[in-house]
Amino acid sequence: MKLQINLRNVVVALVAAGLVLLPLYSQLSGNIFILTLFTRIIIFALAAASLNLIMGYGGMMSFGHAAYLGIGGYAVGILAFEGIGSGFIQWPVALAASALYALVIGALSLRTRGVYFIMITLAFAQMAYYIASGMSRYGGDDGLTIYKRSNFGGLIDLSNRVQFYYLCLGCLFGGIYLIWRIINSRFGMVVQGVRSNEQRMQAIGFHANRYRLVCFVISGTICGLAGALLANNTDFISPAGMYWTRSGELMVMVVFGGMGSLFGPVIGTIFFLVLEEVLSQFTEYWALIMGPLLLLIVLFARGGIMGLLGRFSRG
Amino acid sequence: MVLVEQSLNGLQFGLLLFLLAAGLTLVFGIMDFVNLAHGSLYMMGAYFAATFTAWTGSFVLGVILALGATLLLGIVLEFVALRHLYGRDHLDQVLATFGLILFFNDAVRLIWGPAGLALPLPAWLTVPVQIIPGVFYPAYRLSIIVVALAVAALLYVVVMRTRIGMLIRAGASNREMIGALGINIKLLFTLVFGLGAALAGLAGLMQAPILTVQIGMGENILILAFVIIVIGGIGSIRGAFLAAIFVGMIDTLGRAFLPDLLRMVLSSAAASTAAPALSSMLIYLLMAIVLVVRPEGLFPAAKR
Amino acid sequence: MVDSLADPLLRVENLVRRFGGILATDNLSLDVVPGELHAIIGPNGAGKTTLISQLTGQLTPNSGTIHFGGRDVTGLPSYQRSRLGLARSFQITSLLPDFTAADNVALAAQAHDGHSFRFWGNARKEKHLRDAAHAALTRVGLAARIDVPVSELSHGEQRELELAVALATKPQLLLLDEPMAGLGVTESARMVALLKELRKEVTIVLVEHDMEAVFALADRITVLVYGRVIASGDPAAIRSNEEVKRAYLGDQHVVVAHG
Repeated sequence: MKLQINLRNVVVALVAAGLVLLPLYSQLSGNIFILTLFTRIIIFALAAASLNLIMGYGGMMSFGHAAYLGIGGYAVGILAFEGIGSGFIQWPVALAASALYALVIGALSLRTRGVYFIMITLAFAQMAYYIASGMSRYGGDDGLTIYKRSNFGGLIDLSNRVQFYYLCLGCLFGGIYLIWRIINSRFGMVVQGVRSNEQRMQAIGFHANRYRLVCFVISGTICGLAGALLANNTDFISPAGMYWTRSGELMVMVVFGGMGSLFGPVIGTIFFLVLEEVLSQFTEYWALIMGPLLLLIVLFARGGIMGLLGRFSRG
Repeated sequence: MVLVEQSLNGLQFGLLLFLLAAGLTLVFGIMDFVNLAHGSLYMMGAYFAATFTAWTGSFVLGVILALGATLLLGIVLEFVALRHLYGRDHLDQVLATFGLILFFNDAVRLIWGPAGLALPLPAWLTVPVQIIPGVFYPAYRLSIIVVALAVAALLYVVVMRTRIGMLIRAGASNREMIGALGINIKLLFTLVFGLGAALAGLAGLMQAPILTVQIGMGENILILAFVIIVIGGIGSIRGAFLAAIFVGMIDTLGRAFLPDLLRMVLSSAAASTAAPALSSMLIYLLMAIVLVVRPEGLFPAAKR
Repeated sequence: MVDSLADPLLRVENLVRRFGGILATDNLSLDVVPGELHAIIGPNGAGKTTLISQLTGQLTPNSGTIHFGGRDVTGLPSYQRSRLGLARSFQITSLLPDFTAADNVALAAQAHDGHSFRFWGNARKEKHLRDAAHAALTRVGLAARIDVPVSELSHGEQRELELAVALATKPQLLLLDEPMAGLGVTESARMVALLKELRKEVTIVLVEHDMEAVFALADRITVLVYGRVIASGDPAAIRSNEEVKRAYLGDQHVVVAHG
């Protein structure tokens, strides 16, 4: 893979380097807050990357991705509550549950297209929210506290902030690498082709929906991992994290960064969450600014940040 | 009889959902525009009604002003922001209107505070009405049913029998032709959007006295409107009507009777845990079944 | 040499397709024997593309049957028909605009080269797919434009690419829907020469308006008007058919080459 020296790649490299060195900065400056903030950002970036796989590359606009954050989180939370604290059991269950949910929801939702697909994924995610709210044993609406983070024996201590940060970062970089390989594989070519011209792909012999469904499941599974990480990060899981506005925020992160770009979700998530943080310092009503900003970006900067950088690269 | 009362409640809920879904379908059908902020207009209808009623001291006046204000708000929104999104990808429209939802929720919180409002009914609307001998039903809920049915009938007449309606239906299938006929497309679209906003606002203000006036109320019910559109059929107002009644009935009757039904088969403890979750899920299960059996909806619009 | 008594590769029987009140395909029956180049001609609106779409599965007929290689494919989805050896080029160019010419053709080859549920290896580096793409593109005359994105190809080059994509699926029957639409004189001549080569390897159904090409290439010609077959036979018979002349060829000032 030829790496060109252009603005986009330089920015990506700097951001990646920054993320790797962040804990060092945090230790040196004593600023713990930035470490916890960016742990959260990295986890959401992983979720956004998983969404980008189906949105940017697969052309499937899912408005229900927050469900997987919840499923992954509740897998960890419920198992912890029932006395199973080992990450070696919790995390595979989180992945499997997310994959299963994606399989069922995907098979149903992919019978529709376009706006109806958006509506249906939204509806099913809300259904997951209501199911979680109804589980009174596990806290219902109030949520479930997780007293001990996932236990991985002597391998890694999740309650150590720095170790946990690097675990999350590892998952993020690993996830992006996986997505990169998938995109360029036979499977990825088919998925992108189906997004581009489904009729043509069917005519040359590909069963479009089968590939879409598998892509959907892969995406949901990766997001389930993010959910498990998130539950560990907040030591808490509740249905509110699955509310549909969270799914919308994930979409915004993807679009801010630039759909269909590999590193875009990371940039977009950093931008969105840092902006949210900064605005919250000034005002309680940060959505008054974020809302119209989103509108403006959709109207004028559709390619997101990576798109803008790309324009400057070529110029 | 509880069954009659609950059935009427279901009908009433279904009709409210229809008003909401009809507005969405109209805007989507004619302008090919998916408006997530439709729920926000529903919310504004409720907030306006509560505020104007408190200011003027009259429920009727408050309702009329609220309807007008929501209509105006819809028109302004379309004119200033949303018309630039016509013809854009649906995803763009979803994202942009999602931004509007965030904005509206915070704006409402800023102006009216986080706690929500109450809209008390005037005395003459709280009397129970005897609909069949021995069965009483609150006058207000009855009036919701009457008003909603009247609006539905009016909508049918306008869309199917008038010139404006013909333009609307023609505009849905061929925008260039309408423009070529010399009709002002922009104005038509603005009016249709305003109509959609008014329907949403009407639904919002009608349910305000009996259900809720709070932040985020629009989003909860918007999703139900989506489900109705999917079940009822793509682009079909008649389908939306039938599906809305159906969904309203199932949801209301389900919530009312499911706990008892479950208690007959499960233990009391299991029934109380399962019932609320199952009631909420009922509609989505229904949607899932429709998707499997007839993905294009139960009553899809005739060939366009 | 075409043996018109051989078992037909494609057999269409009593095909009917309506769109609302319009009868686009009116009780249409048609045979295509292996090895022949069978042209379908007719005025605009005759239902030629509708017919092709029903043959390849983009449209479902209201009634009637389609047999391919002896097998009833009437209800089969298009991706399955492709796997059986039925390939198509589209009248309105239908390619993958974000990809290069090579990518487009390689994908077509990939569809017929085992399964595509491989998630790790780089598909663009699979030599035999790239070679197959290179071969098909060279065949249609696009060897110099292999790595050019489709959006940057000229209209004529895109039509040639359509053909290359169809070829890469190693078809038994090639359905070409106006491959020469919008081509200039040189490009058309090149396409005709190419089809003359291809007909030796694969059975072809050719929908075309270019009468010179049709009469130069076809073993048999079927004439469609308003979704019905009004005549079917060898070029000489068609040329002298009164009904055909009236309906279609009457206004055409065409100098047809013999043989």
